[in-house]
Amino acid sequence: MEIVWTLLYMLVFPGFLFLTTYGMICEWVDRKLYARFQSRLGPPWFQPEADFIKLLSKEEIIPEAANPVMFRLLPLFALASVLTAFLYLPIWNTAAIYSFSGDLIVVFYLLTIPTLTFFLAGWHSTSLFATLGSVRNVTQLFAYEVPLLISLLGPALLSGSWSLSEMNQFFVERPILLLVNIIGFFVALIAVQGKLERVPFDIPEAETEIVAGSFTEFSGKLLGIFRLAIDLELVVAATLISVVFLGGSFGLHPVLGFILFIVKTLLIVAILALFRTVMARIRIEQMMKFCWRYLAPISLFQLLINILVKAWFL
Amino acid sequence: MSEIKIPIGPQHPALKEPESFSLTLEGERIIDAEVKLGYNHRGIEKACESRNYIQDIYLIERICGICSHSHSTCFVQAVEEIAGVEISARAQFIRTIVAELERIHSHLLWLGVAGHEVGFDTLFMYAWRDREAVLDILALISGNRVNYGINTLGGVRRDIDKEQSRKILEIIKQLTERTEYYIKVATNEPTFSGRLSGVGKLSTEKAKELGAVGPTARASSIERDVRRDDPYGAYAQIPFKVITDNHADVLGRTIVRVFELLESYKMLKYLVQNMPEGALTVKVPRRIPAGEAISRYEAPRGEDIHYVRANGTEMPERVKVRAPTLANLAAIREMLRGGFLADFPIVIAAIDPCFSCTDRAIQLVKDNGAETVDWRQLRDYSIDWHKKRGIDLSRI
Repeated sequence: MEIVWTLLYMLVFPGFLFLTTYGMICEWVDRKLYARFQSRLGPPWFQPEADFIKLLSKEEIIPEAANPVMFRLLPLFALASVLTAFLYLPIWNTAAIYSFSGDLIVVFYLLTIPTLTFFLAGWHSTSLFATLGSVRNVTQLFAYEVPLLISLLGPALLSGSWSLSEMNQFFVERPILLLVNIIGFFVALIAVQGKLERVPFDIPEAETEIVAGSFTEFSGKLLGIFRLAIDLELVVAATLISVVFLGGSFGLHPVLGFILFIVKTLLIVAILALFRTVMARIRIEQMMKFCWRYLAPISLFQLLINILVKAWFL
Repeated sequence: MSEIKIPIGPQHPALKEPESFSLTLEGERIIDAEVKLGYNHRGIEKACESRNYIQDIYLIERICGICSHSHSTCFVQAVEEIAGVEISARAQFIRTIVAELERIHSHLLWLGVAGHEVGFDTLFMYAWRDREAVLDILALISGNRVNYGINTLGGVRRDIDKEQSRKILEIIKQLTERTEYYIKVATNEPTFSGRLSGVGKLSTEKAKELGAVGPTARASSIERDVRRDDPYGAYAQIPFKVITDNHADVLGRTIVRVFELLESYKMLKYLVQNMPEGALTVKVPRRIPAGEAISRYEAPRGEDIHYVRANGTEMPERVKVRAPTLANLAAIREMLRGGFLADFPIVIAAIDPCFSCTDRAIQLVKDNGAETVDWRQLRDYSIDWHKKRGIDLSRI
């Protein structure tokens, strides 16, 4: 019986089926808002699904110089890692389906894997633009990863736990402490924009400079899976921020908790869409400077606040 | 890090027209750039020689989709000079009104493209939405959105009535507000201005040396504008300022263009309110007497030069077009050198290039480099080539 439930969790809810559906809804919300902000009409609700199906039906072209095995496997790695990460996040109540102490780090690690697969994908394509894109992928990883991790550690420090579920439970019992992490919340939002490679940090796939970056040589199903993985990454990242900084479901009744989850993730998607509306793409060296000179010190400052709060009030 | 050479173009998302740039990179830095022209030669100059002057106006108008009026006015001015025709003041005003409307639509288009090149698609959408208003006006005046067909030898083909004038003033008011907003965006939005300032530097000396024209030169604080230096149309009668800037980079070029927009609005207002009465056209003979003329015109992208030689027949003997992009291309290499790969699209976009308008074949050189091919040889070659494939074109 246990195994049936496990399969159900993994494949239907909250795993593959739910996550892909919701990922595409989030992509649509993002695109629609982006379009409305730009006074365009925007796509119909089924556009992401239609794009995905179209990509699945297209021919796959693998460059002769590329390693075909790696080329086919990398999109699956990206998809699998974000799917796994989602299982450790509390959704409709404070407890995730699977949880152990230290799963914050595991989720963070699993969220880094897609970026690494993008890098490898670009590197294995052996095309000039893809190689340049993959170098930028890794360079960018070093810029946003540290501020993002430090900002996530703030709440963990406050709650005295490395488990997302326990952290969530802690903040549900003391919601006032969520206000302490307000700086970290914004740092995480900005860093996540870098992780998801969206404007102003869409440097690795800057269309006008290096075509499509790492994905230049990808087509058909493989590109479709990569695109899907990026959609899911958006959901996972939004859920992570909602759990860590916004108190997740607040321990309410599962149905209410689920609605709260939807509202909060869509809110985060909307904020991220706003970010990419009002800004231009920056250069890679500007991003490094920004992340190390401003974002990292600010997140460290947040950590300091949390240490002081913990020392005096808890 | 070792040097790598990457090909940008002839097909690349940053380029809207085929053109080849070969960049030598060290990491993300551009060490050297090589520009190769000639992917879009259309033989327009040669085609002009086998058509009469009226037909040529329409052909010349199609050199460029954006500055179509610039080219046709420039050509018509040259022919009128040879024929010794003086057109009426009203026709001059109408030509100038269309010219300024065209400048507005071109500059708004450029602003959008600049936004897109640095990944600021919101600006792109906003600027192009406002551009629609200008295109609507142009369609109202001429019936067309891009190739207006308003010029003819000896004047203009359509009048601008009271209702149309009112509409122009209305749109200008609306656009002035929008442009002031864009000035704020271009100078205050940190990610956007951060991407523009200090990029694609071109010092005043270098700009002079390499013969830059138009907004590119004016952004390097060179006060050069044909409208003032060698007035044509109604420009001698209307007050306007030549906008210059001393940033000498892409930000400077942006500032020059947005302030030129404001200047164009003022000029249009003056033109519409002070339009003199008069005939639209004067008679021009079908056969233009022998002679030659050079005509200069300040297109939105810079100085456009046309040379026409007439031999007393209905058709010109030679037409030569120098589009402004050709003058600015020499400066591209200088601007790219030492910059970042990320800045390459915006540096190229900053001269507002129009590669298809630029390509002219002057001389065809065979592979060995020693032999040049003339027109007759080229024709024979083409006939042979087709004959081998079963088509006989020798009688055309």
